[in-house]
Amino acid sequence: MSKSPNLFIPVAGGIALVLGVAYGVTSRGYGSDEIATLETRVQQAATQASSAAEKAAAEAARALELEQVVAEIQAAAATRVAGGSFVEPVPDRDDRYGLGRPAMEQEIAAWDVDVLPDGRGLPVGSGDVWTGEEVFVDQCAACHGDFAEGVDNWPVLAGGFDTLANEDPVKTVGSYWPYLSTVWDYVHRSMPFGAAGTLTADETYAITAYILYSNYLVEDDFVLSNETFADVEMPNADGFIIDDRPEAEYAEWSGEPCMENCKDEVEITMRSVFLVETPPEGGSESVMNPATIEGLPSFTAAGPSFVTEAAVQAEEEAAAPAVQEVAAVDDGAALIEAGEKVFRKCSACHDIGDGAKNKVGPHLTGIMGRTMGAVDGFKYSNGFVDANAEGKVWTAESMAAFLEKPKDFMKGTRMAFAGLRKEEDVTAINAYLASFGD
Amino acid sequence: MDDMFKPSRRAFLRGSAAAAAGTVAGAAAAADGPDPLITELQDWASYTGVGVDETPYGMPISYESHVVRRNVEWLTASPISSINFTPIHALDGTITPQGCAFERHHSGAIELSKQDYRLMINGLVDEPLVFTYEDLERFPRENHVYFCECAANTGMEWAGAQLNGVQFTHGMIHNMEYTGVPLRTILNEAGLGAAGDLSDKWVFVEGADASSNGRSIPMEKALDDVLVAFKANGEALRMEHGYPVRLVVPGWEGNMWVKWLRRIEVTDMAVEGREETSKYTDVLEDGTARKWTWVMDAKSVITSPSPQSPVGHGPGPLVISGLAWSGHGQITRVDVSKDGGITWETARLGKQGDTKALTRFYLDTEWDGSDMLLQSRAIDETGYVQPTKEQLREKRGENSVYHNNCIQTWYVNAQGIAENVEVS
Repeated sequence: MSKSPNLFIPVAGGIALVLGVAYGVTSRGYGSDEIATLETRVQQAATQASSAAEKAAAEAARALELEQVVAEIQAAAATRVAGGSFVEPVPDRDDRYGLGRPAMEQEIAAWDVDVLPDGRGLPVGSGDVWTGEEVFVDQCAACHGDFAEGVDNWPVLAGGFDTLANEDPVKTVGSYWPYLSTVWDYVHRSMPFGAAGTLTADETYAITAYILYSNYLVEDDFVLSNETFADVEMPNADGFIIDDRPEAEYAEWSGEPCMENCKDEVEITMRSVFLVETPPEGGSESVMNPATIEGLPSFTAAGPSFVTEAAVQAEEEAAAPAVQEVAAVDDGAALIEAGEKVFRKCSACHDIGDGAKNKVGPHLTGIMGRTMGAVDGFKYSNGFVDANAEGKVWTAESMAAFLEKPKDFMKGTRMAFAGLRKEEDVTAINAYLASFGD
Repeated sequence: MDDMFKPSRRAFLRGSAAAAAGTVAGAAAAADGPDPLITELQDWASYTGVGVDETPYGMPISYESHVVRRNVEWLTASPISSINFTPIHALDGTITPQGCAFERHHSGAIELSKQDYRLMINGLVDEPLVFTYEDLERFPRENHVYFCECAANTGMEWAGAQLNGVQFTHGMIHNMEYTGVPLRTILNEAGLGAAGDLSDKWVFVEGADASSNGRSIPMEKALDDVLVAFKANGEALRMEHGYPVRLVVPGWEGNMWVKWLRRIEVTDMAVEGREETSKYTDVLEDGTARKWTWVMDAKSVITSPSPQSPVGHGPGPLVISGLAWSGHGQITRVDVSKDGGITWETARLGKQGDTKALTRFYLDTEWDGSDMLLQSRAIDETGYVQPTKEQLREKRGENSVYHNNCIQTWYVNAQGIAENVEVS
């Protein structure tokens, strides 16, 4: 198993050669001249034999060496087979399989649009800051804000200078991005969100110029082009180092680790900030964890300092602040604020407030106290048309009933929403809806 | 062979002794009388079940419907550019079923058919080529199991214990068996003569979706173990994982595993695209940032008990189980502590893990019913030992976002309830 028979063939061949020469000399009759010649030849043969023997020895040594190498490889393979990870790789070959077809120039031009840090890949074109502002407001501001300051969780593109060493660094094009090419490349290739690849080269130059301007990196008369591209200096260009974990961490964090008495005492220093509920329908809901580290045991090698009576106490602690929370939201403003949060579940389809328009669902401004199915210009399902004819009105009660199980309350409603499961959510949203009068 | 039987014989003897003493926890022998589930004829034992035509492609039984990917809405601005998490608290073994394997999209998951699929290779190659999906299936292919971990896995936990659930703290990971063509085969097909000296060359890979996610991979890695994959766990990739073709970059951060792979370009420098400069770079305490931090260092976590998988029984036998992995190769050992790192026991590896793949570990222990601070610590074939959160913070501060491979602590109280905590 561990030896390859092929390796011994050269050794056996060498020995056969030596024996063959000796046999040839002793089996024939010759004259003195011939004997002298034969002596010479014997000497030669002896020399040859000795050299052959040396060769054989060398070959044997080489064979042994190779045998060791084979054994090592086989042992390694055996380990890997035992570990279940041995894979016979696909054969390497120098020639091609002849698959695929040549890419055409137009095809490469269409797809190979990336831009390298040195500007290679930039098309000819240009754009100024003011044109950039117009395009930005039109194409980018919905997420990134008019001044590239970022809306909601969407990326902030401007500002954040000197914050990288702070507790919460603000990583923007100005404060963080090391290469201008990245901005141009990303905007051109991957933006705007939902309409990627639609910006022209000139629009991209203009937007990039505006982002630079938002970061005070260029003046308002700046024109960015494939010519001026190299003139822009990025403030954080030198802010990056290549992965130094091998030197900075790996050696220090290697070796046999401590197994016992590794610390004298261990205390819980922090509990989970959020508790995460996982409702059966998917997703998750996180709520702040009201529990504190009070009343938790510390640990030593002897075990925990005491055994908690556990959950009963923890649940009481958890329940107490929650009650306070409910009590707190009972006063109007807080309840409306809570309702505003719940309304996020509705806002994809419903607009509310001054100038609200009908979307997938009717606008909800002034809905409380109004007759059902009464918003102008909205095409209601039959159930709501009938309710309207009957003069049914939206009250806190009817809204609560509807929101609990929409399809039960109003047969045939096209509202896809499954309903609010929590009573406090319903109360909150009623307060929120009622806060928008006519 | 004899050795194989020894533990089970011992276990059997121990089991019988315990049963005789009446101490087996959770035994289904009700004190109030015989179990009606046994003594009464049940519907399922009498009526017929579902026929073979009912479910041409099966989903898990309804009782398992809670074992799903979940997101945390407030983490991102939009679910279209977001992430969800693998329910690792409810899985065992090592292979992640595709249907619950985490997703991360930058512009949503796209529907791209095999007929419409094209893969281009260009740049510093002898002949730029275009392949169809069928072309890829004609190259010799390999099978490998690899983990894919998002660089941001556990990223929320840098500044403190945040989310109470291993699905949310460690669920940006999956582990599948991939079928694919080595990237080097494709590179050789286009010919690397034009690239000259390969030691300073790069391969830029790009996706076909609207984000056209692009990453630069050094040629050495590209010629090593990178796969152009089209099957996972034996079946076609799911849409959300890049159907019909994705890149598999073993041991390296998930963002580089470009989905809907459409283009491979050989270049003489890194492109330094958005996902390798503004994102997926790690800010250190002094404000400088590490870039090109591709490898996912050794890491492990206990999946059960954990906040979503509390101990459901009293004192007695308890299986502590978890996952370990390393982007540097095989996991060689996992230690478990029940007291927050004072004392460690070496866990049993369910099966020697593949290189750069998940390894399952078990600590089969007896729980005395007291409080525990559970931790696990992975060691890989290079001898690297998974660091504590303190060790990581000491080197990197708290603002790195990515590559948090710290030792995780679960506080399990006397009632078996587990919570995400930090310890001294």
